[in-house]
Amino acid sequence: MKKMILVSLFAIIIVLSASACSNSTKSQPTEKAAAVEKTDLILATTTSTQDSGLLDVLLPKFESEAPYNVKTIAVGTGQALEMGTRGEADVLLVHAPEAEQQIIDSRDAINRQRVMYNDFIIVGPEEDPAQIRGLPVEGAILKIASSDIPFISRGDDSGTHKKELQLWNMAGIEPASVTSYIETGQGMGSTLQIASEKNGYALTDRATFLAQRDNLNGLSIVSEGDNTLLNIYHVMQVNENKHEKINSNGAKAFVEFMTAAETQSIIAEFGQDLYGEALFFSYTE
Amino acid sequence: MDLLLEGLKQAFNMFINGDPEIWEITLRTLKVSFTAIFISMMIGIPAGIFLGLSRFPGRRILLVLINIGMGLPPVVAGLWITILLWRSGPLGDLALLFTPTAIILAQVIVSLPIVTGLTSTAFQQLDEKLLLQIKALGATKIQFFIILMKETKLAIFAAIIAGFGRVMAEVGAAMMVGGNIRGETRILTTSIVMEVSKGNFDVALALSFILMGIAFIITFTLTFLQQRKRRI
Repeated sequence: MKKMILVSLFAIIIVLSASACSNSTKSQPTEKAAAVEKTDLILATTTSTQDSGLLDVLLPKFESEAPYNVKTIAVGTGQALEMGTRGEADVLLVHAPEAEQQIIDSRDAINRQRVMYNDFIIVGPEEDPAQIRGLPVEGAILKIASSDIPFISRGDDSGTHKKELQLWNMAGIEPASVTSYIETGQGMGSTLQIASEKNGYALTDRATFLAQRDNLNGLSIVSEGDNTLLNIYHVMQVNENKHEKINSNGAKAFVEFMTAAETQSIIAEFGQDLYGEALFFSYTE
Repeated sequence: MDLLLEGLKQAFNMFINGDPEIWEITLRTLKVSFTAIFISMMIGIPAGIFLGLSRFPGRRILLVLINIGMGLPPVVAGLWITILLWRSGPLGDLALLFTPTAIILAQVIVSLPIVTGLTSTAFQQLDEKLLLQIKALGATKIQFFIILMKETKLAIFAAIIAGFGRVMAEVGAAMMVGGNIRGETRILTTSIVMEVSKGNFDVALALSFILMGIAFIITFTLTFLQQRKRRI
């Protein structure tokens, strides 16, 4: 009989711990709800804004100022835009201007505002085996394609991947025809780690590279500063007239928050203490 | 190797200094996993007993389906649940996507077949004669079940341990239906994935030690309960 008691004790512990935890997590929102009812706001964004740590700085400020609880879903820009098209997110923070135009044209998203920019860079092994340092972007891509040094692509329809395909297109090369072209299908951080392990080249946004440089042995910037490498971020709200259950007020408040002067100065300062240079630059319309 | 030591050191630091975020993530992981395995046990063990002892048409097909379910890839479960829970999906009104409840749902779906399947196997293995004898000796229904539970104790615990392992290890579905939202649906496995993608291998390792530590303690307790000698 003793083990029956033990078993039931175990079961009781499970139930108690479950209910105790759920109480503790639920108590937080209700305390705040005493003043204003908090509503959930789903933000679909790119991995770069989360992985660089920018959102960890901005979101607590937004949540303390406005009665919204932001649920951040950090995915590639392609998936974030798809979530917008399906009405699964309330507000989007993405970086693929051409793809964004489509979702604006289809009226799935409205109120698109420019927020900030940084730039894409091509990183590669310190010794630069394909010798692309100092070349313009197109020339660099051509050189990598004709060498057998691997080029590591995101391959995940993200903003960075879209930009990369645009560069290949400009150079007039079909990346699938390049034998040393590798698609990871993963986020920027993982892709950079693979580039570092395989001694290959990769296109990355500057913020993610700077934030992770310490873990990327032997990778350094080999091509930068070209006008085509500009990386522009826009924020937009999903159209409540086209989709159900959109938290439209929250989305509008978030767009306003992101373009506010105070937020812009936080963005401009972000990363300077840690990396010695800013990761994003203020860039409103 | 330095990284391993560094990770271990960091895991200790996180626990000793009581890093509130780590505590919160750990507690949430426990809450979600325990709730999921508890639901799986409450449904799976009775269902397994029923499937093991009774005979009815369609029972074999059901067993085949359960056995297939044991190998159901969590990401597949995650994908289906995501589509069901979308705002535009059939269960969109419940607003469950990106909540801990959604993770629990996914974990129940992947662990329930394991608990049910292994329990039913145990009951199918019981000797027919034993069942007859217990009945012949005039056992009441409750006594009958207590004796059978004692007979199958080892296997039922094995079913719980296997189900619990599946729940604790699950990451694909938790990422998809939970969204790894800070302070809401971030659990140990999803934070490990995120920290790795951020390049924070030391933090990821520290979290992995915490996850392994928890899994060890729980499995140890369950195995200890399972292996206790019978006292008559």
